[in-house]
Amino acid sequence: MSQAVVDRLNTQFGERVLGTSDAFGDHEVVIGLEGWVELAQFMKDDADLQMDHFIDLTAVDYPERESARFDLVLMTRSSVTGARMRVRTYVKDGEEPGTLSGVWAGANWAEREVWDMFGIKFKEHPDLRRILLYEEFVGHPLRKDYPIDKAQPLVPYREVGDIEKLPPFGIEEGQPFARIDWESRLAGGDNQVSPAIGVQQGQRRTLSDSEAAEQIQARIAARMAQEATEEGSGD
Amino acid sequence: MGELRVIDGGGEVAVTTRLSDLLQWARKWSLFQYPFVTACCGMEFMATAAPRYDIARFGAEAPRFSPRQSDVLWVVGTISQRQGPAVRRIWEQMADPKWVIAFGTCASCGGFYDNYTTIPGVDKVIPVDVYIPGCPPRPEAVLDALMLLQEKIQANDRKPIVVPPKLVPERAPGRTGKGNS
Repeated sequence: MSQAVVDRLNTQFGERVLGTSDAFGDHEVVIGLEGWVELAQFMKDDADLQMDHFIDLTAVDYPERESARFDLVLMTRSSVTGARMRVRTYVKDGEEPGTLSGVWAGANWAEREVWDMFGIKFKEHPDLRRILLYEEFVGHPLRKDYPIDKAQPLVPYREVGDIEKLPPFGIEEGQPFARIDWESRLAGGDNQVSPAIGVQQGQRRTLSDSEAAEQIQARIAARMAQEATEEGSGD
Repeated sequence: MGELRVIDGGGEVAVTTRLSDLLQWARKWSLFQYPFVTACCGMEFMATAAPRYDIARFGAEAPRFSPRQSDVLWVVGTISQRQGPAVRRIWEQMADPKWVIAFGTCASCGGFYDNYTTIPGVDKVIPVDVYIPGCPPRPEAVLDALMLLQEKIQANDRKPIVVPPKLVPERAPGRTGKGNS
């Protein structure tokens, strides 16, 4: 069903379609940025396609890619034929794709979210403001180069010095997976809390979560085996 | 209540106590609540506020829809950075004496949200009296917190406290074979 849509777009746009794929039954068309709005308009208006349902618009950040930093991904569906289609285009940092809010009204907020999270501006968007974060926020948090630990509080945190009430637990309690300096802890060091906590120096954890999880699972297995042998000898 | 002295006047009986004790006694049994419900913990809060658990036993069943009329601020759920000014302002509007309960792990310390958008515990913005751990906490834990708060009010104790767990997972039977002997 969706293959027919791909064929239709191939015949209509010819060379301008940069590629197609159908991984796991999800059909996708890659189009150059200059044909982005035109293709969307065509998909919606064409009598055969009738892609009248805007599902979502999002982006993917590939900071190491030199040709174009972002993938802009559009998901649509036809409520008439039931066909689904994913359209992808490549956007350089600073490049401004045209807005789809004139094609589907629902694209308005989705494009605001993409602007909010990735910093991709849309040409001729009627109201391009941040939609989830606040105006005071600096940067775009879903870019891969946004520091993972950097928060931008609107209300200054209460300082420990003049705090009238202190939480009766340590900062590492309650977030055992996120806030621990795994490298230091696994090496038996004293620094149990991630150095980025509190001071927010924008440091990244050097040990990936999966690596940390593997090491922890190995330690738990070793401890359980040790306890099992102790119990066996005790009896 | 604190120290009570009964004076038997032969037919007429009078009871005396300290004025502060009487005030605290009155306060702890009429805690008007302001629920600041932002996330999934709200479901458990609704269960607690429903008739089955009968929170009216503690005189804390009446929700006020203005912070100016309420005594206890229930922060129920994750607080985002964007909500920080709102929750701070609500707390500032409440009249003294006032108390704050952090309901659930997110309100207590941010829970598993360690990112750019979540306040790691509402105590970073406003002082908290009672922390209820749990994701979400059961209504029993919430009632424990309420009783703890009542004890603290009666004792005029402003030190923050965490509701202790009924069962320590590491000491649960069959978990490790240690600690339950």
